Amino acid sequence: MTDNNVTQKSTADQSSADAYWSANVRIIIVSLIIWATVSFGFGILLRPLLADIKVGGTDLGFWFAQQGSILVFLCLIFFYAWRMNTLDRKFGVDEE
Amino acid sequence: MDQYTLNLLFVGATFALYIGIAVWARAGSTSEFYAAGRGVHPVTNGMATAADWMSAASFISMAGLIAFGGYTNSSFLMGWTGGYVLLALLLAPYLRKFGKFTVPEFIGDRFYSPTARIIAVICLIVASITYVIGQMTGVGVAFSRFLEVDKTLGLMIGAAVVFFYAVLGGMKGVTYTQVAQYCVLITAYTIPAIFISLQLTGNPLPPLGLFGEHLESGQALLSRLDQVVTELGFKEYTFQDGTPSAVLNMLLFTFSLMIGTAGLPHVIIRFFTVPKVSDARWSAGWALVFIALLYLTAPAVGAMARLNIIDTIYPNGTASESLSYESRPDWMKNWEITGLLKFEDKNGDGKIQMYNDKSTDFAATAEQRGWKGSELTVNRDILVLANPEIASLPGWVIALVAAGGLAAALSTAAGLLLAISSAVSHDLIKGQINPNISEKGELLAARMSMAVAIVVATYLGLNPPGFAAQTVALAFGLAAASIFPALMMGIFVKRINNHGAVAGMLTGLLFTLIYIFLHKGWFFIPGTASFPDTIEGSLLGIKSTAIGSIGAVLNFAAAYFVSSITKETPDHIKELVESVRVPRGAGAATDH
Repeated sequence: MTDNNVTQKSTADQSSADAYWSANVRIIIVSLIIWATVSFGFGILLRPLLADIKVGGTDLGFWFAQQGSILVFLCLIFFYAWRMNTLDRKFGVDEE
Repeated sequence: MDQYTLNLLFVGATFALYIGIAVWARAGSTSEFYAAGRGVHPVTNGMATAADWMSAASFISMAGLIAFGGYTNSSFLMGWTGGYVLLALLLAPYLRKFGKFTVPEFIGDRFYSPTARIIAVICLIVASITYVIGQMTGVGVAFSRFLEVDKTLGLMIGAAVVFFYAVLGGMKGVTYTQVAQYCVLITAYTIPAIFISLQLTGNPLPPLGLFGEHLESGQALLSRLDQVVTELGFKEYTFQDGTPSAVLNMLLFTFSLMIGTAGLPHVIIRFFTVPKVSDARWSAGWALVFIALLYLTAPAVGAMARLNIIDTIYPNGTASESLSYESRPDWMKNWEITGLLKFEDKNGDGKIQMYNDKSTDFAATAEQRGWKGSELTVNRDILVLANPEIASLPGWVIALVAAGGLAAALSTAAGLLLAISSAVSHDLIKGQINPNISEKGELLAARMSMAVAIVVATYLGLNPPGFAAQTVALAFGLAAASIFPALMMGIFVKRINNHGAVAGMLTGLLFTLIYIFLHKGWFFIPGTASFPDTIEGSLLGIKSTAIGSIGAVLNFAAAYFVSSITKETPDHIKELVESVRVPRGAGAATDH
């Protein structure tokens, strides 16, 4: 087992750890809402509503399904990595 | 130099390169065999993950399915990239922090249960073998074409090469060979796409060309495509079937591919090889960058190839006479040898007609023109490989694509075989049956399980349950329903205990597997299916490729329910979960 850092924690440590985790979960939830909106939303379910917005011979929903989602996914992952690495340092849980 | 020699030359040269690297970096200890000693940079790791990930399904099969399915098959594009978001946010950093070698090891420790670990091994093997069947289909297509043999012989030769190749090196060999393979496959995929995009739209960037203007007609490329396919009785290329059941199937299928991506052991195992937790996060991003290069090109390849095929068969437009069989181009002759392209002159006029003979609206037009059914059958899996030939590109491009297709299939097959062999030798034999096994014995067991896996996959690959990407999609459904929920709950929900996890994985796996077998045949043996695999004919109105989503939901539900009526998770496991959630203290991985 590598988790030899798991010893009896003080209450302060525990509440800081909880704050770190809930901040993380918040970022995850926001990111996943965007993730679902561009793919399941714009790409599939909402495509008929976006039908009037024309993009190169077709509509915006088609663009999201074949290209847009992928670009948004990329931004999301890099945003998350950057945001979490900042958060790690803020809460002092980054790797030395 | 003729095309055959050129193909052999390109494929031979790239193979020599991979094997050279594999021998150079040959694995010594077990730690190196599985996880490359954890010294891999995030960008390198991202590139290797991309090669590992983009298999015959992505390279050989996907664009063909998009070409013939149009918008509906966008699921493949969104599903196979969207999964990386889940991987980066929900799994990769925590599993890296946990610091063990394999997925079943995490499940076994987190759920403090050897039973859970064994079930995870079973889930992993079932999903991976299904995946390898899809790869073998692709390998068979590629080998049969470039060696100009029948597809069955192509498959046999391919299997032998994959076996030799995977057994030679461990992960380290695989990591650096996979970087080389990525470079070969991405070049092979993009070069013909750039040529074709220039020919059709004048734009050197295929993703922009897709939404650009078709030079010959002056229309937008997609409008042009919509027009010619409807002239042949098909639905528009960009058509969305808006009926609730079709929309539901597309949503479930996309979702299943996404969570399957995040649950496939050979991809997860990649994130064990980076030095730090923060690197695991970046690594997922880099992997998607390298994957996106192909995934942004694929829909352009699909659309442009569809247009090129129609232009080939109807050289003077869809309203005029079609191509006569005698004057068919060489690529058709070449693919006829493999049995993957077939022509049958149903109306005996010596001309090739390809149209939608299932459309009742179009039947009258077909009748009037003296057509008696669509005469050309094109296996979807040949499209990408045939693409440069269809567009009359130079011989070296064709050879390059053959080499790229094989790189894609080989790298993934090797990665999967590695995941299977480490599950058997490390989790099953060393973890459960004989903990005192020597390093040598463990390596031997790993190699033997690879051999068994490849024989099974090749046998089942002779009659695959679908085109390469469809078979692979089934593997994703299985991973989605079994492994992903267990991993996610393991990290995010402390309350899920040993019984809950076991119940969840079993429910998800069995439900999904049985549903697939009911629709695709038991063990994919043809003729044993009970229901047709269509939206209307299927048992629950859901196609077998989309059922993994439902399996995953059942997995979550079963795990919650059983956990809520059994004993609370012990404190030391809760502490383990908490330690996994913070990056600090992630040391090098340990064996035991």
